[in-house]
Amino acid sequence: MTPTALIAEDEPLLAANLQAELARLWPALRVVANVGHGAAAVEQALALRPDVVFLDIRMPGMTGLEAAQALAEDWPADANLPLIVFVTAYDQYALQAFERAAVDYVLKPVQTERLALTCARVKAALQQRREPAAAEPSALEETLAQLRGLLAAPGLSAAAFDASANPSAPIQKLAVIQASVGAAIHMVPVAEVLYFEAADKYVRVITGARDYLIRTSLRELLPQLDAQRFWQVHRGTVVRAEAIATAVRDETGKVQLTLRGHNDKLVASRLYAHLFRAM
Amino acid sequence: MSIAADPMAAAAAPRRRAPFAVRGLRSMGFGAFIGVALHLAFGMPLWSGLVHSVSIATMCWFCIDTSRIGAARWLHRRDPADASESRSRWPGWPWMLPIIVIGTVIGFSAGNEIAGWITGHRSPGYLRGSLSQALSMLTLSLVPGVVITYWFYSREVIAGQQAAMLTAQRQAAEHQLKLLESQLEPHMLFNTLANLRVLIGIDAPRAQAMLDQLIAFLRATLSGSRAALHPLSAEFARLADYLALMQVRMGGRLQHCFDLPADLAATPVPPLLLQPLVENCIKHGLEPEVAGGRIDVSAARDGAQLVLTVRDTGAGLSDTRGDGTRFGLVQVRERLATLYGAAASLELRAADGAEGGTVAIVRLPIATQAKDSAA
Repeated sequence: MTPTALIAEDEPLLAANLQAELARLWPALRVVANVGHGAAAVEQALALRPDVVFLDIRMPGMTGLEAAQALAEDWPADANLPLIVFVTAYDQYALQAFERAAVDYVLKPVQTERLALTCARVKAALQQRREPAAAEPSALEETLAQLRGLLAAPGLSAAAFDASANPSAPIQKLAVIQASVGAAIHMVPVAEVLYFEAADKYVRVITGARDYLIRTSLRELLPQLDAQRFWQVHRGTVVRAEAIATAVRDETGKVQLTLRGHNDKLVASRLYAHLFRAM
Repeated sequence: MSIAADPMAAAAAPRRRAPFAVRGLRSMGFGAFIGVALHLAFGMPLWSGLVHSVSIATMCWFCIDTSRIGAARWLHRRDPADASESRSRWPGWPWMLPIIVIGTVIGFSAGNEIAGWITGHRSPGYLRGSLSQALSMLTLSLVPGVVITYWFYSREVIAGQQAAMLTAQRQAAEHQLKLLESQLEPHMLFNTLANLRVLIGIDAPRAQAMLDQLIAFLRATLSGSRAALHPLSAEFARLADYLALMQVRMGGRLQHCFDLPADLAATPVPPLLLQPLVENCIKHGLEPEVAGGRIDVSAARDGAQLVLTVRDTGAGLSDTRGDGTRFGLVQVRERLATLYGAAASLELRAADGAEGGTVAIVRLPIATQAKDSAA
């Protein structure tokens, strides 16, 4: 079986270069898609099921990190999650986080020796997967643990989005959400919020009484929320922990959540299922 | 970034404002000097003369200095709007002259009493001697009062000026460093070099063109933080270099459109003033958008003002991220304030029209030159 790869890189020259270098170092590898942004990477990867995806960290729309998160959340339970290799230009925070989470990465400009090493590692991992003895669940768990490590790395998400962001800069926590409704601004105390839901460039704010729409991304909102009180349970959902009534795990590894005083049901993805364990 | 261990500040620490007690000791020293001088010049007894002049000088200083502090605080509290630091310490000469006269009269009498009590030798006070004697004594103690007050005053002014100068120097250095850091952002530099490396292999002439643009941009960045002003046409040319570099990376996702009227081309502007604004357009406006967008940079004249507009058709401003958090804007505002004071402004708002995005508008005076081009 021919190994397949997907390249997600927004800079056309660098994408072409990575593909050329891969063709030289690993002629058997077939690049099935070359996409320019994160959402396309997720869509194409889900459709084409490549063995390995090369994800640029900074991409328009969805960052490479967010694309990896989406892949881990949406990948069918009966198939192998692709191996993920991050690609980044200079970015000290990203490099530290990659090292800590033991995630494979290549630096731009692509250095041939480094890429050769990565190819060898990917080949070995794919080989291991083909052996019948390989324990699948542990491989998936390992990938999930790596991704969790990356997502929890201080400021990496912000740095992936904006290289000049300084993750160590303290961020003021929000006490009140200011939502405009027509001409009025509604002041919504965060304690009244049940959950936040990402909706493209907006965030839906759901309280017991009503919903609001604020013009901000969940990515920008998240650092301004108290992580002890507000739990991210899915790439598009952040719940106030006190508002969760019950959590029930299903056979695919996802967790169904019910809320206090609200009929909405939420789903915690397998990346966040570990949050819900009996004490 | 901390400049706490700034070698410049350590090398030329500002002359500290003398605390209250030190001013008292200096006044006593001055009194002792007068006592010795009177002894040498007029053969007054050394011990009794010293005690008298020291205690009179100390009491005069005490009355004048406490009144000065009291008056300054009272004035400051009455009109807090005038919150300049010097005002809170110095009430001004119209207040100080009566304070010196009254303080000297009281201080002289009190000092005289104290000295008489110490030495047992009674020299005449204002109240005991004749009128002419009292007037000559008053003049004798008024002159040093005014001289010393003036001396303290100038020391304070010099110390204040030195402190202000050092602060300004430090701010300028810090600002220049930040400017460089932002313009030579590593991510931008490394990505550009990565593209350049690829281009060398596949399209050498284009690689050369890109390298030329990078050189022009670097030259403007490295000399731009020092040079005073350059013509608006040069500003537009440097922006074109920067955008060309970004365009190699972003391809069709980055479009731009310049509008520079010929009669404004020679207008002097601070170098790379608009670069952070264009960078913001790319970073916050176009880069997050999958489809990218367009950046319009235009110049126009509005009376005596030059109006520079940088507009993008990108993501627009978000609700939770105020413009104060964007370093580029802060930096442009600081530069404008340093060069033009209140005469220049920067405004950021959502752009009008169906294309959306954000617009930044810089206004600065055309006719008058920048007031301090060296800053």
